[in-house]
Amino acid sequence: MAKELWKGNEAIAEAAIRAGCDCFFGYPITPQSEVPEYMSLHMPEHGKVFVQSESEVAAINMVYGAAGSGMRAMTSSSSPGISLKQEGITYLAGAELPAVIVNCMRGGPGLGTIQPGQGDYYQATRGGGNGDYRTVVLAPSNIQEAVDFTQEAFDIADQYRNPVMVVCDGLIGQMMEPIEWRELPKRNLAPKDWATTGKHGRDHTNVVNSLFIDPNECDVHNDHLAAKYAEMEKNEVRWDEHNCEDAEVIITAYGTPARIALTAIEQLREEGVKAGLFRPITLWPFPEKALHDLAAKPQVKAFVDVEMSSTGQMIDDVRLAVEGQKPISYLGHAGGVMPTVEEMVEAAKKALKEVK
Amino acid sequence: MTAKVTFDQERCKGCELCTAVCPKHIVVIDQDTINSKGYHPATVSDMSQCIACASCARMCPDSVITVEKE
Amino acid sequence: MAIVYQKSAGLTDKQLHYCPGCHHGIIHKLVAESLVELGLLDDAIGVCPVGCSVFAYNYFNCDMQEAAHGRAPAVATGIKRTHPNQPIFTYQGDGDLASIGTAEIVHAAMRGEKFTTIFVNNAIYGMTGGQMAPTTLIGQKATTCPLGRTKEQAGMPIRMAEMLATLDGCVYAERVCVADMANLNKAKKAIKKAFQLQMENKGFTFVEVLSTCPTNWGMTPLKAVEWLKENMAAYYPLGVVKDIETEAK
Repeated sequence: MAKELWKGNEAIAEAAIRAGCDCFFGYPITPQSEVPEYMSLHMPEHGKVFVQSESEVAAINMVYGAAGSGMRAMTSSSSPGISLKQEGITYLAGAELPAVIVNCMRGGPGLGTIQPGQGDYYQATRGGGNGDYRTVVLAPSNIQEAVDFTQEAFDIADQYRNPVMVVCDGLIGQMMEPIEWRELPKRNLAPKDWATTGKHGRDHTNVVNSLFIDPNECDVHNDHLAAKYAEMEKNEVRWDEHNCEDAEVIITAYGTPARIALTAIEQLREEGVKAGLFRPITLWPFPEKALHDLAAKPQVKAFVDVEMSSTGQMIDDVRLAVEGQKPISYLGHAGGVMPTVEEMVEAAKKALKEVK
Repeated sequence: MTAKVTFDQERCKGCELCTAVCPKHIVVIDQDTINSKGYHPATVSDMSQCIACASCARMCPDSVITVEKE
Repeated sequence: MAIVYQKSAGLTDKQLHYCPGCHHGIIHKLVAESLVELGLLDDAIGVCPVGCSVFAYNYFNCDMQEAAHGRAPAVATGIKRTHPNQPIFTYQGDGDLASIGTAEIVHAAMRGEKFTTIFVNNAIYGMTGGQMAPTTLIGQKATTCPLGRTKEQAGMPIRMAEMLATLDGCVYAERVCVADMANLNKAKKAIKKAFQLQMENKGFTFVEVLSTCPTNWGMTPLKAVEWLKENMAAYYPLGVVKDIETEAK
């Protein structure tokens, strides 16, 4: 199929439409506003629903209502807006409703900046709202992946009756790249016989709810959710390894920094340094075992974690996976400043030097 | 006309709202009975005076009253 | 014998958790009866709030969603926009609708969302133990205004029906109560009318029902009814606030 040039945010919106998204509820915020803009024009063309909500809080609760009544529902936002959506996301998880949430991440904290960032890693991978829950978090590092993952996110959400996040940094949302519209394999999905569609003669009422006032019932519900998250960890974990077979130093990165790392690795190899890239594609479930096994290889000497974050966030998961087998150093910038190829090359060499 | 008012006394919370809306003043609290919730439930003191207006039943927050007539 | 009145088929058999004499049970019945009488129950989807009526999904005999605190109008928007031909309603209390969910209700009304909101105003936070609500009256005591609400400290109580009626998207707003049979009949009529207008795709419809909270007001149910008539109805006038049907004539 011929490739087409698409802007990230618009491609994500179009991908959702192609995935059968029934309704989109959104609120403007930079750098994701092209998603609701695109949806406002094209959803009605397909006979689908678009509503610009009064707030991100309202948008995610509109998603809750629509998802609860059996629809494929979606919202998108950027970091401060995603913070506001956390209330709705925990209710979605608690009520076991499928939904797709796109976070086109910018720098924080607070208003931060409208430039790309990766400071929402904790928020995305640890639930983000109150209570014990997880969302599958897909992290594309190019627009083709953004398109593919957005489409698949609807199936994953429906399969587990759980919210799924597509998390990209603002760069992916804002840039243009050639992509291919591919037919993706569809999952076998159960009918939504739990949805509130009106009784229509059913012998019981369907109720969408996250309240379990009896402590034992709430415990059982949480156990049920935990079992579901364990299933996701088993089935949905994804990662990409690049030149890791013989690598002595491995860069861990996701999203845009992972792309920059590809050039850094190329340059390191040209200089005779055996470098590789380990790129988590699902931030949750994190590819813990794969990274643990990689760290166990005798030739692997050191890791360099690179993120668009000053404190580092994914590095905690890298540490948990590596389990002290090998040293891990950190390179990061926030505020929209990109980690450069030169910095990565230097950090990788330094990491190796320190262990040799 | 014969009217019949029945109370699901086990579900009654003894709130007395029904007693206030009876035009015949025959809906009363049965002080001699205590249900398993611990309330004195409502009852009708003199069924022969009932006009089956159903005011008591319609005012009852817990839907414990059924009104019939012949 | 013929049945003159019995428990509505619009309600389930679950026993209500409400305190003795609480008007929620009566208002539930009116909503349930209206849905049954209009033939809408089987198609209806309701949204319940956080507050005393948080368990309303156990009581209405139709599909229900439980919303986050104040968000019922957003949840109902998501349902109605994707199920435009079905009767959708929210059932909300004063903390839920007039405090934390003010943005959601105002914007749902502004957009003219075609669902019906039943707003139960009892001038207090019942579920959490009697704290001051935005609708608590001046001088009324609550656990967060133990000496009585003052204008200086908390401002004047909010009149939601009047406020929403200023929005073009709101086609019907009426304030009612169920303190006696005449008012109960008016309340039922208002609720039915709201659902009818919704099904005619007229716009957002709103019925505010003044209600008692005997427990947190510290009164017997019958005393609470008197207090409602004397005090609440004085500040929150009963009657039609807006009706585009009569305005059009």
